Amino acid sequence: MTITENPPPQAAEADSSFTQPISRLGDRVFGGLSFGAAALILVTLAAVAIFLITEGLPTFTADEGEFDRSFLAYVGPLVFGTTYAAAIALLLATPVAVAVALYISHYAPRRLAKTLGYFVDLLAAIPSVVYGIWGIAVLAPILSDSLYPWLEDNAAFLPFFGPTASTSGRTMMTAGIVLAVMVLPIITAISREVFLQTPRLHEEASLALGATRWEMIRQAVLPFGRSGVISGAMLGLGRALGETMAVAIILAPANGYFWNVITNQNSNTIASNIALSFPESSGLEVNRLIATGLVLFAITFGVNAMARKISSTGFSGAD
Amino acid sequence: MTLMTDALEPTRFDSDDDDAMRGGVYTRAVSVAVRLGAIGLGALTWLPGGSVNWARWIVVSLLAYMLLTYVVARRVESKRQATDRLATAMVTSAFLVVLLPLVSVVWTVVERGSNRFDSTFYTETMRGVFGEIEGGGYHAVVGTLVVTALTALMSVPFGLFTAIYLVEYSSKSSRFSRAVQALVDVMTGIPSIVAGLFAYAFFVFLDGIPVLTALSTGVGHRSGLAGAVALTLLMTPVVIRASEEMLRLVPNELREASYALGVPKWKTIVKVVLPTAIAGILTGVVLAVARVIGETAPLLVTVGLAQDTNWNPFEGRMTTLSVYTYYQYVQPGVPPQVGQDRAWAAALSLVIIVGILFTIARVLSTILKPKGLK
Repeated sequence: MTITENPPPQAAEADSSFTQPISRLGDRVFGGLSFGAAALILVTLAAVAIFLITEGLPTFTADEGEFDRSFLAYVGPLVFGTTYAAAIALLLATPVAVAVALYISHYAPRRLAKTLGYFVDLLAAIPSVVYGIWGIAVLAPILSDSLYPWLEDNAAFLPFFGPTASTSGRTMMTAGIVLAVMVLPIITAISREVFLQTPRLHEEASLALGATRWEMIRQAVLPFGRSGVISGAMLGLGRALGETMAVAIILAPANGYFWNVITNQNSNTIASNIALSFPESSGLEVNRLIATGLVLFAITFGVNAMARKISSTGFSGAD
Repeated sequence: MTLMTDALEPTRFDSDDDDAMRGGVYTRAVSVAVRLGAIGLGALTWLPGGSVNWARWIVVSLLAYMLLTYVVARRVESKRQATDRLATAMVTSAFLVVLLPLVSVVWTVVERGSNRFDSTFYTETMRGVFGEIEGGGYHAVVGTLVVTALTALMSVPFGLFTAIYLVEYSSKSSRFSRAVQALVDVMTGIPSIVAGLFAYAFFVFLDGIPVLTALSTGVGHRSGLAGAVALTLLMTPVVIRASEEMLRLVPNELREASYALGVPKWKTIVKVVLPTAIAGILTGVVLAVARVIGETAPLLVTVGLAQDTNWNPFEGRMTTLSVYTYYQYVQPGVPPQVGQDRAWAAALSLVIIVGILFTIARVLSTILKPKGLK
């Protein structure tokens, strides 16, 4: 690396007539292009911030009478819905994703494991709109026929499963499950990567001391992979928070805070609200939607920053 | 449960190690019997109703499998072995449970999409389509191709040059390079709908500048270009990360050998570094394209929906397959079946495109891999 930064000094000084004319112009152009691209990243991000803020700002400077309610009253239920849906998704997906990652990395036959990993990557790339129409056409009817009536009859003492169960299945629970299916490949892919990186010697030391496979995993693999799993889950959370189409297609939204996950009354999410309202909005409505987009950006930014912090402090000289 | 199983285990004076020695008792026959028993127990659940309930069958069978495995292993082996087998059973079951929705997604798309997976779908548009007229998604295929091509055209050079700067030119510790790295991370985390909102706001701003009216768009600031700008924001960080990783894998000896021959730096990059890393970079680019080709939300905001073919990304609305899928499904028209069939066909097309891109990526990475690189 050091050499690439300082092109051989002696050669240049000793025989500059050879190297000078060939290199200068091309190098300057190429180096300039590279630097320009990197600088453009800064400009782009600045532009994103500036344009979103200038377009969102009119929401706050407008007259009181322009909107039916204050911005906080408008965005509050949306923030609640966004975090609620993402939390359900993460709660369902993380344990299963870790298990699947373990299956691929430590249980499946080696040749099968590679194919499975490829399959999981492919699933992460299936467009969200496809998951959305699958959720409403296939999953929602199944759940509203079986699970929701059962939960209503047997678990109504919990605030999450009170009456009346939705018959269309367009509930927070359905949205949460579909989101879980969508983020699962992401968490699985990252967890699998870290599990595979577990130092071979740790594993063999554990096995040599007589540990069973599960004990070896608990002693060697899981402690090593913990930070990776957490940052994978955080990335999944970021994806679930910003996921738009699946929620927009599935959820039957209402205005307010709703804990109950099996009814037709659900708090909408920020992203889904934008997708549903934007095409028909104009004027200050658009500004207000952009302002909610800024709030969403702030939330995902926080989550991703946390994920990075965990993953950067996690691996400590274990290899 | 521990009480019951403890009662089944007569000799608790054995040490754990001795227990582990008895591992041979849990034979293959026992494990097959446990699995068959679990499936049989699950099958009992549909006896009272008389009809097969697949979901219940599977759930009950898997639970019975875990329970039986533990109890039987506890009986014939030791507690530790039983826990180990339980863990194996749970991990395997989790994997099978995950396969269900994922296989269901693919199966549903293929099954329902094949209703309209015909030549009219790929030759006709939605112009003047109502009622039971079949219509098609030709204009959506065109829109997807145009927007995605434009996106790739912008984000591949952008991303590649940034990666080259980060790996070949800047020192890792410089403040500028660290700032760029951090912002690329931020970019990776931008929700797609926010990228769409940015592109919208950006083009509203461009519309306000008289000189740039040529760039600006007609109806409500919607255009293919705006969509491509939104997608570029999403695709560039993916390209940067993939190329950066690949460039860093190129051994430094190759660069030094090239410098030693008097080759200037830019030519070293173009002729030595890039060809060595090209397999990984192309794979990364193709996968990045696969990611953005199905994006819906940002295009809903920036590109809108059109009924007819529009090849010009600089003016007027377009339709892409993803947005088409969405609208055909949620606003299917009067006999809803016709519209929903179109939606599934479009969804199938998207999944096939993604599958093809993945296959291309795989083939590229094996064909172009330079020989002799570990």
